[in-house]
Amino acid sequence: MARTSTRLRHAATGIVAWAIALWMFFPILWMFLSGFKSEPDAIATPPHLFFSPTFSSYRDVFAREDYWHFATNSIVISVMATLVALLVSIPAAYAMAFLPGPRTRLTLLWMLSTRMLPSVGVLVPIYLLARATGLLDSRTGLILIYMLTNLPITVWMLYTFFREVPVPILEAGRMDGATRWQEVTQVLMPLALPGIASTGLLSLILCWNETFWSLNLTSSVAAPLTTFIASFSSPEGLFFAKLSAASTLAVAPIMVFGWASQKQLVRGLTFGAVK
Amino acid sequence: MATVELRNLRKTYLSEEIIKGVSLVIAEREFVVFVGPSGCGKSTLLRMIAGLEDISAGDLLIDGKRVNDTEPARRGVAMVFQSYALYPHMNVYRNMEFSLRLAGMPEAERRQRIGDVARILQLEAYLDHKPGQLSGGQRQRVAIGRAIVRNPKVFLFDEPLSNLDAALRGQMRVELASLHRRLGATTIYVTHDQVEAMTMADRIVVLNRGVVEQIGTPLELYHRPHNLFVARFMGSPPMNLLPATIGSRAPDESMQVRAGTISVSIPIRQAGLEAGAAATLGIRPEHILIDPKGTVQGMVEVSERLGAVTLLHVRLPDGQMIVVQTGGDNTNRADTPLRMTFEEEHCHLFDAKGMALPRKVDHPLLSDA
Repeated sequence: MARTSTRLRHAATGIVAWAIALWMFFPILWMFLSGFKSEPDAIATPPHLFFSPTFSSYRDVFAREDYWHFATNSIVISVMATLVALLVSIPAAYAMAFLPGPRTRLTLLWMLSTRMLPSVGVLVPIYLLARATGLLDSRTGLILIYMLTNLPITVWMLYTFFREVPVPILEAGRMDGATRWQEVTQVLMPLALPGIASTGLLSLILCWNETFWSLNLTSSVAAPLTTFIASFSSPEGLFFAKLSAASTLAVAPIMVFGWASQKQLVRGLTFGAVK
Repeated sequence: MATVELRNLRKTYLSEEIIKGVSLVIAEREFVVFVGPSGCGKSTLLRMIAGLEDISAGDLLIDGKRVNDTEPARRGVAMVFQSYALYPHMNVYRNMEFSLRLAGMPEAERRQRIGDVARILQLEAYLDHKPGQLSGGQRQRVAIGRAIVRNPKVFLFDEPLSNLDAALRGQMRVELASLHRRLGATTIYVTHDQVEAMTMADRIVVLNRGVVEQIGTPLELYHRPHNLFVARFMGSPPMNLLPATIGSRAPDESMQVRAGTISVSIPIRQAGLEAGAAATLGIRPEHILIDPKGTVQGMVEVSERLGAVTLLHVRLPDGQMIVVQTGGDNTNRADTPLRMTFEEEHCHLFDAKGMALPRKVDHPLLSDA
């Protein structure tokens, strides 16, 4: 009796979970399908469930814009911004986790609060600064901005992960003669590697999806895939199938990447929540 | 091998003094145990010697050289942590090799040393295991091995056995003692377990709230505690302590002491105590004899039979509880009356400030100390 009810509850939970997952995934699926429709099919109401798939939208997209140019920008900017962010935030998180001062907690909260500020609030000063330093429409400019906007998150995450590392292990390292550098690189980092990986993954995804700054600070040279999508929602009228094809192309790399690393990602985001 | 000298060591943390001036000289090859209740500062003191905590004031000398500002690894000390603190991402070999590698020792020599240590600690079969695959006792051995392999002048142990179960703790205690005999290294060992302290130490340092209460051999502390704190802390079950009043000095210069209905005459050396002064009478459970002709009466409330010995919890007529240790074959049950005799030569007397009054006759085991 009890066993049956448990099984029923499991089944019900499963169904609800699947329903929510499908509901959340549906827009992406619809976008993916629309990319293979003809323009009339794509905007038909009621939507056509069955259609003859066509590659014409993809052909048009590739013909109009240099996809690989944008994709390369996206990859270079995301990867570089993430690497620099890790380079800055690992020492910062180390200091905050293991050598905290009376104001460490406050500093962390303040850092996080800067994330709450709407980006548009600092658009003008950032734009002027970028123009003055010649960083408009340059990869370096975007790398810098992305790195800075993600720092609060990467420092916070790494801080949380580092706090889970038992202090005596680091002290054992010091007793064994490790310098601060060796302590971080040979003891702390190997121990916190899963955490560092999750932090890097999250930063990559955030950089990849960032739209506001890429639209405002780049035009062509350094434009990543987000601007590539935006260029298809043009004022000359919405071409839904082409927009869908372009969007699919833009999100495909990060989706494949996210899929491959989802275990790591989930572990990272729920770290410390259990046990 | 090395000497360690603490000269008035102090530690202040957030304007609170945790270590309030500790002075101590530890001889070569000596096994010294820091013992005390939690929060007494024993671990902090050890960490100051290790170099993991700054020294606020005073001097720390190892082999006569001041090392207050020397890096931990350059002090020639090795530490075994309570939690073992093994590197989880390295196998046993790499754990032991880490310090040698950092010190730039050639590979052949490293392998030789680790091989020797692994043999001593019976870890040869586990060299390629990660700490996570080892049992508690094995991890403990690796932690000790990691300390030994550096060939340090001084070993520091921070409650190394407290994570082990009782049986393993007893076994490791013996192993550590024999290891110390074999290596002959100066050792400082922190524990809150007085059995460890009593059995392993050459000398015990009893700490309380950052102050040394007494330093001495285990038997000195047991038989000649300087004050009430040490009397209470050393010994299990603890010493019976009864509020008492000083009576008159007898012709043979023994001190008459009254505690409730009990009257004893204790051979105390020091005069100067006024008759009628408040004091505390102390007597260990094994120094109370069950004696049908005894003058001390009481009622057995609980009888704890431990097999080899029996502990009788006895209520005195004035309501005070005392513990009497007697043979395992004792037949006294709860709620039966009992007559006892206090062995006067083993009674302790503490003045109103809790300081012990010196006795005229020393314990036979201590006479040559």
